[in-house]
Amino acid sequence: MKALLLRDIRLAVRAGGGFGLGLAFFLIVVVLVPFGVGPDSGLLAVIAPGILWLGALLSCLLSLDRIFALDWEDGSLDLLATAPLPMEALVSLKALAHWLTTGVPLVLASPLFALLLSLPVEGYLPLVISLALGTPALSVIGTFGAALTVGLKRGGLLLSLLVLPLYVPTLIFGAEVARRGAEGLDTGVPLAMLAGITFGAIALLPFASAAVLRVNLR
Amino acid sequence: MELNVTGLSVARGGIPVLEGLDFTLHAGEALILRGPNGVGKTTVLRTVAGLQPPLAGTVGLEREAMAYAGHADGIKTTLTVRENLEFWAEIFATGRIDAALAAFDLVGLSDRAAGALSAGQKRRLGLARMVVTGRPVWVLDEPTVSLDASAVALFAAAVRTHLAGGGMALMATHIDLGLAEARILDVAPYRAKAPAHDDFDGSFL
Repeated sequence: MKALLLRDIRLAVRAGGGFGLGLAFFLIVVVLVPFGVGPDSGLLAVIAPGILWLGALLSCLLSLDRIFALDWEDGSLDLLATAPLPMEALVSLKALAHWLTTGVPLVLASPLFALLLSLPVEGYLPLVISLALGTPALSVIGTFGAALTVGLKRGGLLLSLLVLPLYVPTLIFGAEVARRGAEGLDTGVPLAMLAGITFGAIALLPFASAAVLRVNLR
Repeated sequence: MELNVTGLSVARGGIPVLEGLDFTLHAGEALILRGPNGVGKTTVLRTVAGLQPPLAGTVGLEREAMAYAGHADGIKTTLTVRENLEFWAEIFATGRIDAALAAFDLVGLSDRAAGALSAGQKRRLGLARMVVTGRPVWVLDEPTVSLDASAVALFAAAVRTHLAGGGMALMATHIDLGLAEARILDVAPYRAKAPAHDDFDGSFL
C-alpha cells in the first residue's frame, strides 16, 4: 500500500506530473482578483475568505481527472484491479496521494496568498484550519467523480459538472469558518459542520468510488 | 491446483460473444486460445482474470491466483525500468525482481527511463511483471505483440520456467511460440447464438 502512495507522489513530482499546476492556478486567481475588483484593501479584506476558498476549490478541481485517467490509459488500472489490493484501499490511496500533492501545498501556501488579499491578521489561523480540514473532502469527493468518469475520453467537463454540486457544502462551511475567523466571531459551528462533511466523505465515499470503478473496468 | 472453467459465457458491452466454454488446466500446463479477431478471446481472458463477471458458468479458481497482462503494459514512462518492476514487486509482496530482469534480458536497461524504451523493450518489461507477481496462473492477451524472434524465444523460455515450477498459462496468441507442449483451443465454435437477451444488465442495482 505504501508502494502505491509513493509511486503516485513520485509520478506527480516528476516531469509532466502536474504537481505545481494547482498551486500556480491558485496564485493566478489570487493575483488577478485585485485587478478585477480594485485595490481597495477594505473591500479585499471582506471578500478574501471567499476568494481564497474558491481559488483552492478550483485548483483542486483542475487536477481531478488525472487521478485515474493516466492509470487507465496505460493499462495500470486493470493491473492494479487484479493486484492483491482491495479496490477500496486503491481509491483511498489515490485520494490521499491527490490530497498530499494538491491539497497540502494549497494549505501551506494559503497564508501567503491571504497576505496578497489583505486578510485581517486574526483570520489567518481559521483560514489555514478550515483549508486543512476541508481539502481532504475535496480530494475524496473528487476521486469519486474521477472514478465515475474513468474511461471517458476528455471526461473533464462531465467530471466538473458531477463534482461541483457535491463541493458546495464544503465550500459554504469552509468559507464560513474563514469569514467568521476574519471578523473575530466564533467559528465552532461551521467548523464542526466542515469536519462532519470531511469525515463523512472519507468514511463513506471510498466504497462508492470502488463500486463505480469496478463497473467502469468491465 | 487446477483451473476448471465450466460453462463459461461472456459478454462484451452487454452483448454475449461466447457461450458454453469448458476447459481444464492442470499445474504445469499451458493453453492457447485461437480464433478470429473479435470472437471474444480478450473478453474470456478478462473474465478469467476477474476483471468482469461471467454471464453464466464458473471460473474454478479465485482471482487471487491470476496474474493478468493485457494489450497495454501499464508502464509509467517517467519511472525507470527497475522502479516500474519494484513497484509491482512491492504491490504483490514478492520483492524479487532480479530473476525477472534476467529472464527478459532487461538487466542492461534497468536504470533507463521506461519512456525511452522501444516498443519491444516495453513489452518485455510488461511481461517481466508476470514473473514478479509470483502468481500461479498467467493470463496473457497477445503477449508477443511487437516482440522480435529472439524476444519471443525469451518469452517462451520464461513460460516454460513458470510451467516447470507448477504454474499455468492461459494465453491468446496468433503466432507459433515454439511451445510444443501447449494445448490449443479454438474458441470459434463457442460463438454465442443470436441473443434472446434481456439487455437490462443490472450493473446499477
